[in-house]
Amino acid sequence: MLKALNKSLHDALSEDEKVILLGEDIGTLGGVFRVTDGLKAEFGEHRVVDTPLAESGIVGTAIGLAYRGYRPVVEIQFDGFTYPAFDQLVSQLAKLHYRSRGRVKMPVTVRIPYGGGIGSPEHHSESPEAYFAHTAGLRVFAPSSVEDAYAMLRQAITCDDPVIFFEPKRRYHEKTEAELGVVQPDASPKAKIIRSGTDVTMVGYGPTTYTLIDAALAAEDEGISLEVIDLRSLDPLDIDTVAQSVQRTGKLVVVHEASRTSGLGAEICAEITERCFDYLEHAPLRVTGFDVPYPPSRLESHHLPDLDRVMHAVDTVMRHHEASEGAAQ
Amino acid sequence: MPIVSTQHMDVAAGSLPTHQLLNVDGKRIPDEELDHYLKDLKEADLADFLRDMVVLRRMDNEATALQRQGQLGLWAPLLGQEAAQIGSVRATEDDDFIFPSYREHGVAWARGVQAEDLLSVWRGAQASGWDPNEVNIACQQIVIGSQALHAAGYGMGIKFDGGEQVSVAYFGDGATSQGDVNEAMVFAASYQAPVLFFCQNNQWAISEPVALQSRTHIADRAHGFGLKTWRVDGNDILAVYAATKAALAHARHGLGPTFIEAVTYRMGSHTTADDPTRYRKAEQLEEWKAKDPIDRLVKYLHEMGADVQSYEQRAQNAADDMAAKLRAAITTMEDPKVEELFSNVYAQPHEPTERAAKNYLDYLADFEGGE
Repeated sequence: MLKALNKSLHDALSEDEKVILLGEDIGTLGGVFRVTDGLKAEFGEHRVVDTPLAESGIVGTAIGLAYRGYRPVVEIQFDGFTYPAFDQLVSQLAKLHYRSRGRVKMPVTVRIPYGGGIGSPEHHSESPEAYFAHTAGLRVFAPSSVEDAYAMLRQAITCDDPVIFFEPKRRYHEKTEAELGVVQPDASPKAKIIRSGTDVTMVGYGPTTYTLIDAALAAEDEGISLEVIDLRSLDPLDIDTVAQSVQRTGKLVVVHEASRTSGLGAEICAEITERCFDYLEHAPLRVTGFDVPYPPSRLESHHLPDLDRVMHAVDTVMRHHEASEGAAQ
Repeated sequence: MPIVSTQHMDVAAGSLPTHQLLNVDGKRIPDEELDHYLKDLKEADLADFLRDMVVLRRMDNEATALQRQGQLGLWAPLLGQEAAQIGSVRATEDDDFIFPSYREHGVAWARGVQAEDLLSVWRGAQASGWDPNEVNIACQQIVIGSQALHAAGYGMGIKFDGGEQVSVAYFGDGATSQGDVNEAMVFAASYQAPVLFFCQNNQWAISEPVALQSRTHIADRAHGFGLKTWRVDGNDILAVYAATKAALAHARHGLGPTFIEAVTYRMGSHTTADDPTRYRKAEQLEEWKAKDPIDRLVKYLHEMGADVQSYEQRAQNAADDMAAKLRAAITTMEDPKVEELFSNVYAQPHEPTERAAKNYLDYLADFEGGE
């Protein structure tokens, strides 16, 4: 996936001279994860810009560059360091098109390596996506596959709206024989059914998509057929694809690493309950991280939704149990 | 003893001189460093400065009155800061890009924004009174200091694409406490970007005195970031104009960012929502009235032997015209159409927003159907 992201940035830099990368350590070092490896050497220090260590500064100057006609792609080094830039993201970047009544475009992409499971210290494993999905004016993408990492980043960079681009760092070293280069011209990608099934609609995004595929394989052994949907875009949310699936299966489980309360899962369950009430055979369930600060890494295996917790939720909706406050949720 | 004195500590060591080219009696004071930047200034330009400041003061009075009459939701007065705004903006070129806060009415007006368009924002009819690309001024900024980073980024863009413009950030003394202003100076200095940070130190951040923001002169801080810095009497339009010219020339010569502290005074309230008599002494206002920027320019024109009366008359006429037009426009201004609630949230199609707009408009149409 790292190579796919690198190629995506490379191709964007090649095709449009207004594309400019900014971030801490992205130039000479090539980024702490090496996503920008080699790009400064090829495109120069005015296209791949090492910045001072100031997140608000990175996003705020990207806004100024966008005023000047650039298409900045910025890297926030880790998810937990996004918060110092919060005003610039939600009060400035998100609102300037609206505030200017459409006169100012903010085609800024903010890349954020996010999520847990790599044994990191505090502030290096968070899932802040709900803050940004909650903010009108921002698009929020979360690819899970190598192909999507390439294509969705290209989409984000060409989009005239600001895009918060969450990269599942747990999947950075994912290797596949991917065919890169297929980019949909839409402003945002649609949700994708990555595995068809008939019993339960399973919804995830980013790193949890893989847990859902594992769950589908495990369920198959139990004679249960899971349909797995990768959301890909968290804002706008392609709720139609989810609703059509739930109308077939009658059951929904949403899985994400982020905390439960007011998370994307709550939004999806509410939307589906409104739209598919007559089709539902069980209350929609969420399997999520707990409402705790991201724990020390020796505890993260409990915090992150794993195969067992996901399967427990599947069993619950299959047995028509009452929705409960059980360990699975 | 209060924790924070409203007086500055004595900042003798290392502090910059405060350039003053016109004293309070309108007498011209030679300034070795800045006089050079006044060489192209004609008497007609000074008459224009006078007109600009008089029109602005009138706009400020009108806006305050309109707020009291319920025509505006709020107004942030600039009374007393006319020289700081007009002197600086008149020194810029039209393609220099400005990032203002919410009080730079004079800056926007001087670039051609109509008074009624400025006030429409305070009425709540529009989110921006101008097209940033038409007047090269970004949307006004309410979050304190955020725009300084936008200016730094724009300046980086100028540098990267080899432009000759300068980007200018306007902010107040309170903003210098914000991280964003400090980060902006770090970025601008690191990349040697053509950026002018123009701080109007009007002594008060709502109710908080400048001594609560800075224990030194604000200008002294910018040195630490590696910026060329001037401290000027902000009620002296010649000093403001000359220092701004100097700063812009510095940037255009590729010498990097600059900082100007224009020492002025906000004679009115922070906005029409606060009451300055609760937090500052009447004597301070009186002290600053004696330093009034308009009076000072009038005195200087007298000193020059100019036909001041005709200039004042012309300024008065311009102010009357503006006020009449403003009143007519603002009191008949229509509210924006409900569709605008949903317009421009996104630049490209965004299905949930479009669906919400359609649903709400359909809902409203049910009522308008009259059933």
